[in-house]
Amino acid sequence: MTETKQPSFRIRGLANPTRFLALLDKIMIPLVILTVVVIGVGLYMALIDSPEDYQQGATVRIMYIHVPAAWLAMFAYTMMTISALGTLVWKHPLADVSAKAAAPLGAAFTFVCLTTGSFWGKPMWGTWWVWDARLTSMLILLIIYLGLIALWHAIEDPIKAGKAVAILTLVGFIIIPIIKFSVDWWSTLHQPASVFTLEGPKMDNSMLIPLMVMAIGFTLLFTVLHFKAMKNEILRRRIRSMQMQAARQVASGNRAAATQAASPSTGPSASH
Amino acid sequence: MFGNYAGFILASYGVTAATILVLILWVLLDGRKQTKILAQLHERGVHRRSERTKAATHS
Repeated sequence: MTETKQPSFRIRGLANPTRFLALLDKIMIPLVILTVVVIGVGLYMALIDSPEDYQQGATVRIMYIHVPAAWLAMFAYTMMTISALGTLVWKHPLADVSAKAAAPLGAAFTFVCLTTGSFWGKPMWGTWWVWDARLTSMLILLIIYLGLIALWHAIEDPIKAGKAVAILTLVGFIIIPIIKFSVDWWSTLHQPASVFTLEGPKMDNSMLIPLMVMAIGFTLLFTVLHFKAMKNEILRRRIRSMQMQAARQVASGNRAAATQAASPSTGPSASH
Repeated sequence: MFGNYAGFILASYGVTAATILVLILWVLLDGRKQTKILAQLHERGVHRRSERTKAATHS
């Protein structure tokens, strides 16, 4: 019985920010090294080793950053939605810290996805941008990210901000299935899914393997940045509570001094 | 190396690299700022409640 309970105890232990920070200090350097190695190998495969596409030529190399960025943009939002549930349902102490740290990263990867898509679209479609379902829904995701970041900065109390943002995050999750299935539901210029399909990947291994290596590299990069941003947010909240505590101490000290001065029996004049 | 599409490919990788660089700088500089403020608070004698309790237990 004790043995079966141990893992869940360990996971719950990580809900403690101090323990979480200690764990981050241990794993951060190996994680950074692994990220650099995987992205380095991925870039070699994507830019040098992989073949050109028979139709798209060398522009297919844009896919190796465009697709992982798109996956991460949606992954970050899905993670924020799970964190939102953690905030509202389980009141997990690290849930809104995690969501707040993920939002700018998700926004950045969405921006990368839109920009690289534009650079890919111009030579292949003949246009930088079209208001088609996939591109427009991705742009809406970027706007949602920016709205959530703005809302966080608009409310000073991080607990209240976390709850408000969590509600909006849950509402905004509707965009994720819309992005995913937009290419099936509507007639779009964007190609349909070619990796995660019911029939399996519709891509040759010479392109699929570099894509997967880059996707793992991007996910590791996201994890490193997310952990570091979470650590920063935990420290920011500690600073805020310490500053408030110090201000309370000063205020109560001033009140005590004022009471002492006002009271005739204990005031300085009474002793003379 | 990338033929007629070199500009589009390099621009894509360039924008991605620049965005990632901004993210890395943001987390590093923000982390440094928070650590500095925390150290200043400790210097002024402001400690977290848990740290004060620990110190009191040790003394």
